[in-house]
Amino acid sequence: MENVVNMDFLEEIVSYFKRSPSSIIAMLQEIQEKYRYLPKEIFPFLSKSTGLSEARIYSLATFYENFSLEPKGKNIIKVCDGTACHVRKSLPILERLKAKLKLEPGAVTTKDLAFTVEVVACLGACGLSPVITLNGKAYPAMTPDKATELLESLIEVKGE
Amino acid sequence: MLRSRQELKDLREKCQRSAQDEVRKILVCSGTGCVASGAEEVYDQFKAVLERLKIPCSVKFIEDGHGVGLKRSGCQALCEKGVLVRVEPEGYLYTKVKSSDCEVIVTETVQQGRHVERLAYKDHDGAVCKRTQEIPFFKRQMRLVLENCGNIDAESILEYLAAGGYKSFEKAIYDMSSQEIIKEIADSKLRGRGGGGFPTGYKWQQVYRQKLFPKYIVCNGDEGDPGAFMDCSIMEGDPHRMLEGMLIAGRAVGASDGYIYVRAEYPLAVRRLKKAIADLEEYGLSGENILGSDFSFRFHLNRGAGAFVCGEGSALTASIEGKRGFPRVKPPRTVEHGLFDKPTVLNNVETFANVAVIIDKGSEFYKSIGTESSPGTKAFSITGNIENTGLIEVPLGMTLKEVIYDVGGGMKGGKKFKAVQIGGPSGACLTEEHFDLPLDFDSLAKAGAMIGSGGLVVADEDTCMVELARFFMNFTQRESCGKCIPCREGTKRMLLILERIVSGNGRATDIDNLLDLAITIKETALCGLGKTAPSPVLSTIKNFEEEYQAHIVDRQCPAHSCEKLKKYYIEPELCKGCSKCAKLCPTNAISGKAKEIYSIDPIICTRCGVCVSSCKFVAIKEAW
Amino acid sequence: MKGYMTIDNIPVEIHDERNILELIRKIGIELPTFCYYSELSIHGACRMCLVENEKGGLEAACSEPPRVGHKVWTNTARLRKYRKNILELLLSNHNRDCTVCNKSGECRLQDLALKFGIKNIRYLNTAYTPEPDESSASVSIDRSKCILCGDCIRVCNEIQNVGAIDFAFRGSQMKVATAFGVPMASSPCVGCGQCAAVCPTGAISVKNSLEAVWSDLLDKNTDVTVQIAPAVRVAIGKRMGFEEGQNALGLIVAALKRMGFVKVFDTTLGADMTVEEESKEFLKFVEKTHSLPLFTSCCPAWINYAEKRYPELMGNISTCKSPMQMFGALVKQYYKNNGKRHVHVAVMPCTAKKYEAVRPEFTCDGVPIVDHVLSTQELIRMIEQSGYQFNKLEPEAVDNPFGIVTGAGVIFGVSGGVTEAVLRTLTEDSSNATLLQTAMAGERGMEGLKELQVEYKGKTLSIAVVSGLGNVGRLLEDILSGKKVFDFVEVMACPGGCVCGAGQPYVPLSVKEIRGKGLYAIDKLMSYKRSSDNPLIEDIFSGILKGREHELLHVSYDSQEESTE
Repeated sequence: MENVVNMDFLEEIVSYFKRSPSSIIAMLQEIQEKYRYLPKEIFPFLSKSTGLSEARIYSLATFYENFSLEPKGKNIIKVCDGTACHVRKSLPILERLKAKLKLEPGAVTTKDLAFTVEVVACLGACGLSPVITLNGKAYPAMTPDKATELLESLIEVKGE
Repeated sequence: MLRSRQELKDLREKCQRSAQDEVRKILVCSGTGCVASGAEEVYDQFKAVLERLKIPCSVKFIEDGHGVGLKRSGCQALCEKGVLVRVEPEGYLYTKVKSSDCEVIVTETVQQGRHVERLAYKDHDGAVCKRTQEIPFFKRQMRLVLENCGNIDAESILEYLAAGGYKSFEKAIYDMSSQEIIKEIADSKLRGRGGGGFPTGYKWQQVYRQKLFPKYIVCNGDEGDPGAFMDCSIMEGDPHRMLEGMLIAGRAVGASDGYIYVRAEYPLAVRRLKKAIADLEEYGLSGENILGSDFSFRFHLNRGAGAFVCGEGSALTASIEGKRGFPRVKPPRTVEHGLFDKPTVLNNVETFANVAVIIDKGSEFYKSIGTESSPGTKAFSITGNIENTGLIEVPLGMTLKEVIYDVGGGMKGGKKFKAVQIGGPSGACLTEEHFDLPLDFDSLAKAGAMIGSGGLVVADEDTCMVELARFFMNFTQRESCGKCIPCREGTKRMLLILERIVSGNGRATDIDNLLDLAITIKETALCGLGKTAPSPVLSTIKNFEEEYQAHIVDRQCPAHSCEKLKKYYIEPELCKGCSKCAKLCPTNAISGKAKEIYSIDPIICTRCGVCVSSCKFVAIKEAW
Repeated sequence: MKGYMTIDNIPVEIHDERNILELIRKIGIELPTFCYYSELSIHGACRMCLVENEKGGLEAACSEPPRVGHKVWTNTARLRKYRKNILELLLSNHNRDCTVCNKSGECRLQDLALKFGIKNIRYLNTAYTPEPDESSASVSIDRSKCILCGDCIRVCNEIQNVGAIDFAFRGSQMKVATAFGVPMASSPCVGCGQCAAVCPTGAISVKNSLEAVWSDLLDKNTDVTVQIAPAVRVAIGKRMGFEEGQNALGLIVAALKRMGFVKVFDTTLGADMTVEEESKEFLKFVEKTHSLPLFTSCCPAWINYAEKRYPELMGNISTCKSPMQMFGALVKQYYKNNGKRHVHVAVMPCTAKKYEAVRPEFTCDGVPIVDHVLSTQELIRMIEQSGYQFNKLEPEAVDNPFGIVTGAGVIFGVSGGVTEAVLRTLTEDSSNATLLQTAMAGERGMEGLKELQVEYKGKTLSIAVVSGLGNVGRLLEDILSGKKVFDFVEVMACPGGCVCGAGQPYVPLSVKEIRGKGLYAIDKLMSYKRSSDNPLIEDIFSGILKGREHELLHVSYDSQEESTE
């Protein structure tokens, strides 16, 4: 895990997008992909590079749901709550995951930064509802118990 | 790099020959659903088996051709039965294929053309359906837009060419003038598939007329409706068809750049589109002076960052410009001042995917499908309590009943049909009285509904319509951009009222207040999404007011679905007074004396259910 | 004229109005809006300006261009209902402590709620009440009163290009915020206060010093003196029952004297001193070779902007203190050995002056040079509180020994004024012809950027007059990139100069221009036009200031980087 923002990397990103303010969202996506969140330190740099105010970049970072200003967990679990998943009881899965990971109300990431649990509107795999994804890999027809198994398998792997 | 029309034609012919040279084709469905079910593993296993058996296998088209073609196809639409594998030319469809099944498929079907019944699809009555077309789900469908989807390798431009790809584009640059292209589209009466059903030809004509340059083509792939994935399937399964539509649009209106805005939750679509765009550049089908003509066009791919509102046109263009996804007031309209303030054609994925067919086969052919005012087909996603869920494509104008029973296979588990919610969070619900309603733009509008995104959620007797309205309102409220007051504040108020009702705290004035808020938002909100946000509430109140009343007045949920309206009670005859439930109850809602009959205080009870599972005598019952 | 459209059954001529709303207001209909300002981009979010058309459709008057033959109605049963519902929705999420709000009586939400007779709010009050942000010396931020119209954001970004605030989050979580929600004082905010000027509610308001002033004023052991800035006299009239742009200085003096200010002075003399010092500095500056121009220093928001955005330019800003500080220093010297506690108050059109007054650079013997700064709006409130009926007062003259001022000093209050005043001093000629020639050089007018060239002793001086920080930013980029070269640049942070300051009652730009004309009218009636002709200048520089000009009239700003560390 990288703690310090790599300035060479940032420079590479902004030059790739030609410092264009209209590419700011794409820049933020690239940065988030690397750090799994948007570190506060990038804001002054991006502001200088694109001419957008820090308040404007903060505005974008908080408008779009995919951006996170808090470090995300190493494992990212997305629970689909689209219509198809919702009617097939996706919320109990979410509740189970939160309980298992001891996430406090409102929190999405575990304190040890091992897991982040998010709700998404639709993953486009409605035929397999309810669906969750773990680090981008989809797990179809989930139940709370299967979710528990999945978590336990990860924690075991980690423990080894 | 193709430099002329002839070079394109030659390449296409070469591809078609190679396609014919393949003795058999194995199509491993690689839509999001099947990938989730393990399509990649199955694909790798096929490759390994073929190699082991020394069967010449073409992974890449042409270059190492002949023998067996092994392809990653787009979505084959029976996601629940994944991984799906089809073997051509027999067309045998296998379901729930595991890596361990690959060998038998190769040795039986690929080598000897024999059907493996064990892996076949079995319909409702247990009858074996060998081929896709034999499955009732597909019988009434018409695959026009999704023609290639599931039939070709979604990642190969050469396969698309072999299937006649870029023929329409070729025709558009060499044989047709801008006006002729636009006239063909206008004559076909193609209407925008993104929701409103605006005539596409008319839109193009308006952009064509603008004197301001550059002009842009924008493809809306931000399919935000939770429960709809038609555009996702096209982008994943046949990306070139959509790109071809955009190229033709660019040629027609004189645009130089095309932007594709794809929802962030579709990583596979993004990957396939990236590949497709790179291939176009490589083959000289995008860039400067395409095929030696005077037409230049470049593609740009933008990934959404998680905002439903960006499905609204002006919010989408704002997002491409690097701004907050705020819709803006109109006028000026997008056709005059759209992306980067320039004239812009904005259509959705499915609309663009219709273009090539029209140019290729002509508007007369197109108009022969569907209805007079809504020609063509429409893709829908059917979900909910229905037998066959998934992606369907049917001619516009099919009746609701036909869609639900003939295509959808009727209600799941023999339950009673209650309603169908059409168009997602912007849509309305239709009931049994609408069974004969043709699903086309105008008939639905007359019934106060709209096709919207094309999501169909089927509700049976166990679905609480108030809860369904609350679910959609929760979604719209969470996704409201916050710009205009009616939507930002109004949807919040509506949600608070609905939450109150489903938790048994409804008030007598709630329905009136909901209606007042709904009308205010519908008439005054800034953008289309805001204006339609109250639709689920309005239509459920219209059709199911008695369910609302039951929640509010009687504190009951007739569908037995709202958890908070569930009550537990102890059957006096069964209770032995063992006190176990009272000891376990986390809120001390159960009281009584040992060896006597216990009782539950419904006000303190949180309906956690601990007592139910703890009672050895099954004395604790649910009541509604 | 392009034709007619019909508004409420009245045929109305269309000229070049940008939207139906302008036309509606032009014929005297007060269509309510929260988010429309002609100077800002169209936001279209409040939905209060919806009108009904012939087909029964509703359209936002602010974004719909007038069309010949189009028919709209502004006050139908539906519209009334929706407007009331929108107000009700806003109020259900709003801090309703109206009576103790800074903006009570001037709040558009309060006003419309009253006009529309909102008596009963059906929904639970869900207003959240975070602690107000009082970190800025210029403005107070109270989010519980914010209706998210975005006016502040658009003025801060589009006009001022400061970018201190923007929308953050979305939907019902949306709020106006600095990056990461840091306090205003730590943001790029320069205190220009334009956000407060356009805020329709009490969410952003100008800091209030009235109680502190009253308390000193009514203390028998304290002598309180006051100076009044040039721009104040032409902006107060309208609210007090006179014409906009009318000179109300005499009445202001009379009111302040009655309230108990021992002496009432005119900041214009400070402006005259500034002209003298700045002219000297400029003459020395043009002798030297320079690639960058000399920038004026009167505007405190500009100083803040330069410190935060262009610290590398700080060395090119005139070392002259602003007129308020020069005059304050003079007054403080005058009262130094008076034996009684002395407090000096300044009435300013400006919110950034409140910050300038508390800067450590502007102290004398450890106490602030200017103890309190009141905005024009606070002055109006103070007069109202005192109970004196403004229009029944007899005008009085400002006090001696600082009672003589020049026209050059007065026009400081409008963009181009400082330049014209300096040019008048440089020309060393008070003839009408020369004055007219100077006035016509190109520095006058409400344009954001004016460029002029002046012949001076065989040299051609390039001068820029810029107002509005958005224009300033663009000009600075051109200067730093070498695209444009100037010798002298007059900078005012507010578009149009001090007459348009955020401490003044808010009026549209067209009306602000009338205030500027008011100052030029005062100048015409003045006996002395050039600052150097002011007989007091000679007295002051050879008397009270002798040998201490540098110490009392000039300033060096510490670099911002050090002070924020």
